[in-house]
Amino acid sequence: MSWKSGAAAGLRQGGLWVGFVLFMAIVAINAPAFLSPGNLLDVLRQVSITGTIALGVTFVVIAGRLDLSVGSGLTLLTIIIVDQHNHAGPAGAIALTLLAGLAIGAWNGLLVGFLRFNALIVTLAMLSVLQGLALWYSGGSNVSVSSPGWFAVFGRGTWLGIPVPVLLMLAGAALAAFLLRRTAFGRAVFAVGGNETAALFSGISPARTVFLAYLLSGFSTALGAIIMGSRVMGAQSTIGQGYELNVLAGIILGGTSLMGGAGSIWRTLWGVLMLGFIQNGLILMGFPFYAQWLVTWGVIIAAVWIDLAAKRGRMLA
Amino acid sequence: MTDLLMIRGVSKRFPGVQALTGVDFDLRPGEVHALMGENGAGKSTLMKILAGLQPADDGEILHRGEAIALRSPLEARERGILLIHQELSLSPELSAAENIYLGAWPTNGIGLLRKSELNRRAGEALKALGCDVGPRTRVGSLSIARKQMVEIARIHAFKANVVILDEPTASLTDAERDQLFATIRDLKARGVGIIYISHKMDEIFTITDRITVLRDGIVQGTLTTSETDADRVTQMMIGRKLDAFFSRAEERFGEEVLRVEGLGRRGDYHDVSFSVRQGEVLGLYGLIGAGRSEVVESLFGIRGPDRGKLWWQGRETAFPSPRQAIDMGLCLTPENRKEQGLVLGLGGRDNIVLPSLKAFSRLGIMRRSREQAVYLTYRDLLQIKTTGPATALRTLSGGNQQKFVLAKWLCRKPKLLILDEPTRGIDVGSKAAIHALIAKLAEEGLAVIVISSEMPEVLGVSHRILTMADGRLTGEFSGAAMTEENLIRAVAHHAA
Repeated sequence: MSWKSGAAAGLRQGGLWVGFVLFMAIVAINAPAFLSPGNLLDVLRQVSITGTIALGVTFVVIAGRLDLSVGSGLTLLTIIIVDQHNHAGPAGAIALTLLAGLAIGAWNGLLVGFLRFNALIVTLAMLSVLQGLALWYSGGSNVSVSSPGWFAVFGRGTWLGIPVPVLLMLAGAALAAFLLRRTAFGRAVFAVGGNETAALFSGISPARTVFLAYLLSGFSTALGAIIMGSRVMGAQSTIGQGYELNVLAGIILGGTSLMGGAGSIWRTLWGVLMLGFIQNGLILMGFPFYAQWLVTWGVIIAAVWIDLAAKRGRMLA
Repeated sequence: MTDLLMIRGVSKRFPGVQALTGVDFDLRPGEVHALMGENGAGKSTLMKILAGLQPADDGEILHRGEAIALRSPLEARERGILLIHQELSLSPELSAAENIYLGAWPTNGIGLLRKSELNRRAGEALKALGCDVGPRTRVGSLSIARKQMVEIARIHAFKANVVILDEPTASLTDAERDQLFATIRDLKARGVGIIYISHKMDEIFTITDRITVLRDGIVQGTLTTSETDADRVTQMMIGRKLDAFFSRAEERFGEEVLRVEGLGRRGDYHDVSFSVRQGEVLGLYGLIGAGRSEVVESLFGIRGPDRGKLWWQGRETAFPSPRQAIDMGLCLTPENRKEQGLVLGLGGRDNIVLPSLKAFSRLGIMRRSREQAVYLTYRDLLQIKTTGPATALRTLSGGNQQKFVLAKWLCRKPKLLILDEPTRGIDVGSKAAIHALIAKLAEEGLAVIVISSEMPEVLGVSHRILTMADGRLTGEFSGAAMTEENLIRAVAHHAA
């Protein structure tokens, strides 16, 4: 029976909360600007790209797979949108970027879903391939938008005082949550991640379900690139570096299990937000930039530990 | 003579459930003591306490007269208390020897594995069982029965004095079961005490000395096996009297639903031909590995056959995919309900609608009120005990889990229902309910194929029985020809 270890996992999840609140308090005391509305909005804006990408990746993780390719996917797609803005115009650039994102997702989905290759290897290789494509496309030099028009609204605009990228992330989250919780496809994602064989014996195609999850991942990476391109109005070949880890850390931190079969969009957003506050707080307290990488590592370990404890609890049930 | 094991007043509470209340239980040296009860009666909880997997809230356990508190499975094993679980706990990639001594491998001074020593010792333990598995064999390549022998070899390896056998014959053939019983008698003779958990009445009366019955976490009594009978035990287990174990439907069949001819798949089965009609229950009897599950999985589209023809409702049809099979009305409850039948992390409601996501949605959006309605209908119809529509099925008993597998298909109103080992490892109450359900469904005109390794079951529910051995059909029996002797002869004659 799981209640004891379940309670232990709950305690650890609770411990994470206590730690987080404590951290917030310490930062707030040392850097009073931390809790100012301006800074809070800043954090929200900063996590909007990670959060948007994490929406699609959450489907992949719940389906029991991984997507590590989103980091260099973001790089390549941001270079595409920035460069194409100069050639195809803003609407054309957005369309091209979304198509390219879907193509990346389709390729991952084909290999992992239909050909049943290992998700870790496929997407890790994809991470490398997309980085190569980004360098090839940009020739290694910076690209930038020559004459920004309405395209700036996605990254820099505000509406009722709230940054547009935050609104985009929230709208995307509402849509993703609906897709996951209320549609037949969402059910299939949970079933495939929970027990692929049983899903197969229920007439559900695991291949198709996994394929669609990767499509979503590619699509949300493209959305992330639109926000990124619009905010920076330029790109170079390292712009998306490390995003795959931030996305994954946020998802795990939110409590979506790496084992698949369980998780939620809102928890993912919450995890991404916690991570954003931690990283922002460290910088405000004067820690060097690279400190946040060490902390991200620590947070991932803690979250994986909690996930494992919950799983142990179930195994004893 | 002091008892080997004395359990006094053990209680265990989980949130919302009193799993055990003041349980007393004794085990003498050289005794086989059956622990019986419906699923959810508390047997597993008691066994987990004995195996050191979870602590008791209250009460005491005396092992050889000494009060013990078991904090881990390792501790239990060191005292010679060994649980052989119904779900095999072996690592498929390791050798038999490595599995037998899992976690207690002999090592030399610097921590390196002493392989030859390990293999020698494991070889002896296996030989003592009369088992022909070599210690170096990779466990993943063994049949289920042989895997179980590897697990049982741990008894010898750890010189256990208290052995808990949890449903040990669930996946064994009759011959393998006899071998197991010989082992049990041998252990008895050496003074080992054995707690034997099984739902199979005939086994209980063949091998045990005493029977303790649990119901709702309370001991209903301890009986001497030679002085009681199956009716009395069943009555104690369910608290009421069962009228008939099996009910047989009237034999009025309708149109042919399915016919296959010359079905074959390399390495699995050959030249299989049969048909089944509306209202008919066709039994498929054979030993594990005879190819029964492979045949029905092919019909359901999991792994298609190499050759053969299929007629569905009189029309020749291509072999379907699982999706097409389900939409045609050909449904399969698979052999392994935990691995193939259910998503255990999800609730009953989600599992019921899983094969019917289209039917329960409009434009891809799930219609929740319909899902809830169908969940409630089948929960009540099949008398499923659960705490809510979203309660993870992992937490339910085997019988209740199996009823959810049935509900998945029944709510689709299938034309042919294939049940592969529908009552394996579930309690007598649920078993009788499922048998009654099969009869009722057939009466309503459903065609049913029942695969079972349990002869009383297949004899009790079927109108006609096919036997299978070594990938081939070896006999067909109906009416008065459906006898145990005929079935045994039909499968044994061909068994290699």
